[in-house]
Amino acid sequence: MPETPAIRTEKLHKRFGELSAVEELNLEIPAGELFGLVGSDGAGKSTTLRMLTGIMDPTAGEVRVLGGDMRRADEALRSKIGYMSQRFGLYPDLTVQENLRFYADIQMIPRRGRDARIDELLEFGKLTPFRDRPAGKLSGGMKQKLGLACALVHRPRVLFLDEPTNGVDPVSRRDFWRILYGLLAEGVTVFVATAYLDEAERCGRVGLMHRGRLLACDTPRNLKRMVKGGVLELATPDPRHAVRVLSGAFPGGSVVLFGEKLHLFAADPGAAESKARSVLEAEGLEVAVRPVPPTLEDLLVSLLREQP
Amino acid sequence: MPEPQPQPAAAATATAPPPAVTLRELTRRFGDFTAVNRVSLDVARGEIFGFLGPNGAGKSTTIRMLCGILPPSSGKGSVAGFDIATESEQIKKQIGYMSQKFSLYEDLTVEENIDFYSGIYRIPGAKKRERKEWVIEMAGLADKRGARTATLSGGWKQRLALGCAILHEPPIVFLDEPTSGVDPVSRRSFWELIYRLAGEGVTIFVTTHYLEEAECCDRLGFIFGGELIALGSPAELKRNFPGEIVALECERPFEVLKRVESLPGVRQATLFGAGLHLTVERAEAIIPLLKEALPDQEVRLERIAPSLEDLFVSFMEARSG
Repeated sequence: MPETPAIRTEKLHKRFGELSAVEELNLEIPAGELFGLVGSDGAGKSTTLRMLTGIMDPTAGEVRVLGGDMRRADEALRSKIGYMSQRFGLYPDLTVQENLRFYADIQMIPRRGRDARIDELLEFGKLTPFRDRPAGKLSGGMKQKLGLACALVHRPRVLFLDEPTNGVDPVSRRDFWRILYGLLAEGVTVFVATAYLDEAERCGRVGLMHRGRLLACDTPRNLKRMVKGGVLELATPDPRHAVRVLSGAFPGGSVVLFGEKLHLFAADPGAAESKARSVLEAEGLEVAVRPVPPTLEDLLVSLLREQP
Repeated sequence: MPEPQPQPAAAATATAPPPAVTLRELTRRFGDFTAVNRVSLDVARGEIFGFLGPNGAGKSTTIRMLCGILPPSSGKGSVAGFDIATESEQIKKQIGYMSQKFSLYEDLTVEENIDFYSGIYRIPGAKKRERKEWVIEMAGLADKRGARTATLSGGWKQRLALGCAILHEPPIVFLDEPTSGVDPVSRRSFWELIYRLAGEGVTIFVTTHYLEEAECCDRLGFIFGGELIALGSPAELKRNFPGEIVALECERPFEVLKRVESLPGVRQATLFGAGLHLTVERAEAIIPLLKEALPDQEVRLERIAPSLEDLFVSFMEARSG
């Protein structure tokens, strides 16, 4: 018999008046997976997370987490779920340790063993040196780690994270992802909503969401095979000048700087190459062109263009 | 958009035009805390200058001083030739400012928002219509002029907010994390607008967390703990990177990370996209050792040019000790 999936939705819908925030969402996420839900603001990610965590009822459809129906989730089921919302409710006046204690009490963690768990989480998030600092005086990256620690205080089996690294610097983002990988190693299922495509590349599987609908869902590698068209890498002596010229000739976000090279995404790479060459030659810029494998961002750009 | 000032050829060669923005030992303290510590830099006219650094590093405080909202504790600064400490009124006419919080009125329509900002900037009546049409065209909002702003997606709001911020044709634009949370297509379109403005001679001073956007800037400054720790074009900064970078692609990067980070010669190992980036002394020497250390893994190893993220991480690690 197959193992119960950690998360399963069937024909999940959420409407707010006229607006369909989530439409016909079918997901099946096995236990122990790191799943990334990717989309921009307003795509439906947060609404999906609220339904998955039982905070909001769906308009129609079913949500099961660890086999249990989230519309009727009891304490036993809720205690297996961790959720870190975008504006996680840290108390700025309380210290790091006091925030953790507060969340431990909310989760009804027995006093015995509570402080040991808190020590463990402080260590885990490299927050031990800051345990007596008020949460309001932490840097953005440390606040995120404290939020995560609070969401983990009751040892959830399934963890939901809503854009946990939004606006956080790259070093803190990197630390945060190391923590997530550590959780995976402990068998925790992690469901993370993110707007960063490079973070999506790190997930086991990725769902691309746009205007309430799942456009595609697969491993990053398979998703990249879906790209219609190709990506050309252009090397020119003055890439910053070239990108300004080319973005006029190829509007709609087809041209991006990629380090010192340019990436040109095109449905017809052959035609695009000759056009790019003539545009750059008119500016007196030499160019070397080679095809490169697409990124998830290229896929998202190509899928979004097909949208009405 | 403002025309670049005509310069007699002889004068142009003799003296470069004055910088759009200058900072000299600019410092801001809040009580015991030094948010910005003796920062000096120049931004040339028409330049896209990227100001990078982690949260709390002093980016927004610097921008607030340059916009004349917050007086400096010491040091000097000028924007469009005006002193930030004493001429903030003049500066406000010379700059556009847009932050991640777009400050649009959600209940107003697109046109009403533009009209509102036209009023604030006291755009003369004759010019009002022309500027409105310019913003609508630039932002691609022609078929959304009557739409309530609340119904626009993040990308549209962002372009509208930029349009409203530059209605008065300022020669210098400050953008504080303008693309936080918008989709990649909108982000790319936004940068097309930035290039267009810069091409017309507008100076752009932008902060961002997206290092792929930093690649699009002419020059970058990294600020950390209130101090400017690096300044240069993306290419210059990368040339000065201490060490070499090896990209490692593999199936289970986290497992591999733990195994390779303790290898001699690996200064640092970082998750990067779907693989790892290793900072090493010499790539040529370490690649065979890595292959040997990971016999059970199918790995692809390649020496690559450092990315800005690699640089950023190395700067921060060096400072944090």
